[in-house]
Amino acid sequence: MSSETKQILTTDGIPLEVSLKKAEKKNKIKAFLLVAPLLLFLVITYIFPIGDMFMRSVDDRMVTNMLPKTFKAMEKWENLDELPPEEVYRGFYEDYKLLAENQQHGKLGQRLNKEKNGFNTITKKLFRQIKRKKIDESASLKEQINKLHKRWRDVEYWQAIKRTAPPYTASKYLKGMDMYFAADGSIAQVDEDRRIHRILWLRTLEIAFFVTLFCFFMGYPIAHLLATLPMKYSNLLMICVLLPFWTSLLVRTASWMILLQQQGIVNDFFVMTGLVADDNRPEMMYNKVGTYVAMTQILLPFMVLPLYSVMKTISPSLMRAGKSLGGTPFVAFWKVYFPLTIPGIGAGCLLVFILAIGYYITPALVGGASGTLISNQIAFHMKTTLDWSFASAMGLMLLTGVLVIYWIYNKLVGVDNIKLG
Amino acid sequence: MALPSYTETRYRIWHYIYIAICSFVFFFLIAPLFVIFPLSFNAEEFLVFSEGMKNLDPDAFSLRWYKDMIYGTKNPWGLAAKNSFIIAIFATIGSIILGTLAALGLSSRHMPYKGIIMATLISPMIVPLIISGVAIFFFMAKAGLAATHTGIVLAHIILGTPFVVITVTATLSGFDHSVTRAAASLGSNPVNTFMKITLPLILPGVISGGLFAFVTSFDEVVVVLFLAGLENTTIPVQMWTGLREQLSPTILAVATCLILLSTLILVSAELLRRRSERLRGINR
Repeated sequence: MSSETKQILTTDGIPLEVSLKKAEKKNKIKAFLLVAPLLLFLVITYIFPIGDMFMRSVDDRMVTNMLPKTFKAMEKWENLDELPPEEVYRGFYEDYKLLAENQQHGKLGQRLNKEKNGFNTITKKLFRQIKRKKIDESASLKEQINKLHKRWRDVEYWQAIKRTAPPYTASKYLKGMDMYFAADGSIAQVDEDRRIHRILWLRTLEIAFFVTLFCFFMGYPIAHLLATLPMKYSNLLMICVLLPFWTSLLVRTASWMILLQQQGIVNDFFVMTGLVADDNRPEMMYNKVGTYVAMTQILLPFMVLPLYSVMKTISPSLMRAGKSLGGTPFVAFWKVYFPLTIPGIGAGCLLVFILAIGYYITPALVGGASGTLISNQIAFHMKTTLDWSFASAMGLMLLTGVLVIYWIYNKLVGVDNIKLG
Repeated sequence: MALPSYTETRYRIWHYIYIAICSFVFFFLIAPLFVIFPLSFNAEEFLVFSEGMKNLDPDAFSLRWYKDMIYGTKNPWGLAAKNSFIIAIFATIGSIILGTLAALGLSSRHMPYKGIIMATLISPMIVPLIISGVAIFFFMAKAGLAATHTGIVLAHIILGTPFVVITVTATLSGFDHSVTRAAASLGSNPVNTFMKITLPLILPGVISGGLFAFVTSFDEVVVVLFLAGLENTTIPVQMWTGLREQLSPTILAVATCLILLSTLILVSAELLRRRSERLRGINR
């Protein structure tokens, strides 16, 4: 544009371009102000607390704050295969004495005991000696402490204290995968018979995968039927999908508990048809069967609704065209109809999978011991063991998995395409 | 779905198999809900159909579990129902207000960072409930709101807003913005325009989002289990406790009431959807 081109002015004499930009900016701020209350609310009550979960899961400042002098002295401990120098003993003694005065020594003992078994005994011994004032602070503390118990003379115990020095740790995450930091700082596997978490992760994935598969194979035909039937019939049948969708999860779980119990209707039916003997009724609840059946029924509407909304947009003339061009109904379905439904399949499968992977209530009620999933374990640590940092770590591991799936979902289908009812 | 007369036998067979599969799936979806009705009228204490019930003997049926639900001694259901309704109503109002405002902002074409903000706003729907529960519990514990109604209402607003945001943005996507400009050119201020023009047009979307938020709150148990004290017990929490300890027919009476409530909600949601489609000029 040459400088001679006459600038277009608004009636106020401001160049149009400037005025337009100003209006745009005003609109931007207006739109943002509308979103701001919810955004602020969610950031404070939801997003930050998830960050807080992360901080809790890696936080290991307790010992760091309890033994400041010890760790300061340990900086001078050079040969880690030998017992630490006198300064470390003195630092530890002074820190411990202070903790004992404040009644905090028990916590330290428990925490160190987690790091290396047997710590609780020897710290208690030290506590009794301090209480009876049997320790001469002017003499060598190294000799006196070493005399208390042979474990104090074992360098591994001092190495364990040193390992607790960093204020942050990934040990909770390793624990969630049945691994731990070994004495020399390398990552080691938990003994095979104690690997409970890996089993839970695999079981969670397995159940989520199969529930998704079952939902797909059951949901696809009925979504197709609903989409192709005339409106007056399909509206009626749609109730069969929507009523469970709107009904309380606990109500549906309760009805499965009634149906699947040993004297329940499903078993009655099996006995009646002669499939099983009356005195040999199979256990269908409190195991994986119960979890699969109940979760499939509960999550099925989440598969049917996205499939239906996609299938509804496919014109029936496409199938007719396929057939008239010489395809058998099967070929026409497979080559024409099925590819068009893929967005719906993606949406439905990922929705069901994401919901199934975080399931908690139904597995806890009908799953029994072999039906518990990773969510149950998180709840267990939140409520029973009160190991909140471990619960946070496992929660975040699960969240990472879900976010990856969600990201794929977003790439394939787009978040905006979620349809409800 | 009648088949044309020229259909080959094998496709005819396949078609009947297909109908059979569909019937089975529909049965699988809906039948479990109907088991609860008759059993909740059981005169006995067991959760199986008694001989009397199978023979349709009137004495085998009774309302005793409904009486127990309402008048039973040391009965938690009254308090639970009161709490559930109070919490759900406030959570719904909160979700509607925050969610509708946000949806209006998000639907503006001037909105910056639309993608990431939308993702943040609907994240509570995607994040597994157990994780939301842990995170919200940490916040409420710090803010001193654990075991209070306020805390649970706030938690349910978090979980309910994504539904309002989604339904209202969907309604607004078919919204003709020239009507608001027309109102503005005729001298209406933005608030007036919203109340008189925009809101009536998007109302079906707002209400159906509100219904989702209501059901989410009314049915929510994972987060409440973390947050609730004895005073804040809700219907789902009571059902959860009841189902874990022992299945009593009183639970089935409650469940029957809940199914009736969800039927009511389903009907209103369906009516709203039709109205919304009519208003937006979608004819099918």
